[in-house]
Amino acid sequence: MAAGSGLQLDRDGRLVHLLTLEGLPAATIRSILDTAEPFASIGEREVKKVPLLRGKAVFNLFFENSTRTRTTFEIAAKRLSADVINLNIGASSTSKGETLLDTIDNLVAMNADMFVVRHAQSGAAHLIASHLAAAGHSHVHVINAGDGRHGHPTQGLLDLYTIRHYKRDFGALAVAVVGDVLHSRVARSLIHGLTTLGVPDVRVIGPKTLVPARVESLGVSVHHDMDRGLDGCDVVVMLRLQNERMKGALLPSSGEFFKHYGLTADKLARAKPDAIVMHPGPMNRGVEIESSVADGLQSVILKQVTFGIAVRMAVMTMVAAA
Amino acid sequence: MSARAPDPPGEHLPDAEAALAALADRMRSGVAHDAAFVGIYSGGAWLADRLAKLLPGNHPVGHLDVSFYRDDYAKKGLKAGARRSALPFDVAGSRIVLIDDVLYTGRSTRAAINELFDYGRPASIELAVLVDRGGRELPIEPAYTGARVACARTLNIVLTRGDDGRLALSVEPAGA
Repeated sequence: MAAGSGLQLDRDGRLVHLLTLEGLPAATIRSILDTAEPFASIGEREVKKVPLLRGKAVFNLFFENSTRTRTTFEIAAKRLSADVINLNIGASSTSKGETLLDTIDNLVAMNADMFVVRHAQSGAAHLIASHLAAAGHSHVHVINAGDGRHGHPTQGLLDLYTIRHYKRDFGALAVAVVGDVLHSRVARSLIHGLTTLGVPDVRVIGPKTLVPARVESLGVSVHHDMDRGLDGCDVVVMLRLQNERMKGALLPSSGEFFKHYGLTADKLARAKPDAIVMHPGPMNRGVEIESSVADGLQSVILKQVTFGIAVRMAVMTMVAAA
Repeated sequence: MSARAPDPPGEHLPDAEAALAALADRMRSGVAHDAAFVGIYSGGAWLADRLAKLLPGNHPVGHLDVSFYRDDYAKKGLKAGARRSALPFDVAGSRIVLIDDVLYTGRSTRAAINELFDYGRPASIELAVLVDRGGRELPIEPAYTGARVACARTLNIVLTRGDDGRLALSVEPAGA
């Protein structure tokens, strides 16, 4: 069983925590995407706020740096009228289980209603959710905002939302996920989501050193030649080259990487003419993506950021009501 | 369930098209010629579309989904299939007629008024309903009513629209 997939749904199948997309039923994923749809219009209004989470305390617990994810979670919670408390806890100060759970106990004693957790350790959000259940605090909800290499489910969901927004139907799509798949929790979450929703053709493209062993078991095909991998694609998802996670010599140089796996206008021409280009950010221009493509007509990278707020509002609303 | 309505309440329901005609008559003399018609999903939205065509003047039409403003979210969660509200006119300074199919406790109306104010400060809001079934739990009264009906607490009155666009009223068990 995937870590967290048993904990995140209650007996009636309602979403209590969002820990991973692995094992999350297609119906639940679709219902999150559907719920996000009306939230997307709130950002365009005079008053960008609805009262759903009024009086709830949402704690953003970021044990690892993040700007975009933390900010969009904060905006999402504030647009739902929740009170948001941001705790940026340096990666060095806590890494042991007990310390983390002590932090949680203290915040529960401050009447926390929801934790949004980013942690360098895979399984951190799952650990917190099990701890809350064991301590009888099942009314407190946990949303995984990225745990180690394991997953980043709200990013996966916003990617799915973006794909559905532009391509409508998942049933006949070819989606390529390109670059540093090995270190990417974004890729892992997205691949689980795509296969669960029945995307027939999911391709992973990258150098042998950055594609995880046995990734085919997730239902994807692997390509080491980018031109061939992009051929006829509807969606191209570029991943960030994660220098900070790179241990040992996995790559000769970032220049060499760009030559083979950087997305240029020429390489993109192999995909369908109406293919969309996505990137979870932050982008390394000139490393995994050429500036003209990042800013080009096929790029939906900034729309992903906007949609991310709506998707996070939907997830928060759903878990808070369970 | 043992608690049943004493009479088959379907017999007491007015014809929806007749109630709509009556509502339009009552609105004709009172509603400003430039008033915006804002219907609450889904029944109120159909009514707003129809009334804008039936009544003289130029009435911009908007649709509201009040799911995000309901006071029973904490108890019942978010309704599945919530839609985007669409108000294609400037709410600030507008005269608005809020339109709903069935007025009961008044809680949807309160939610709709709250939502409207998050788009801007309207000049005025009036309330028009196809059916008023009484049972108010908030100080809300309609300015225009198509028909008044009595209905058992155990039942909901539901407006449906056929493929030909004709509206019909029916009842279903409450809490369904």
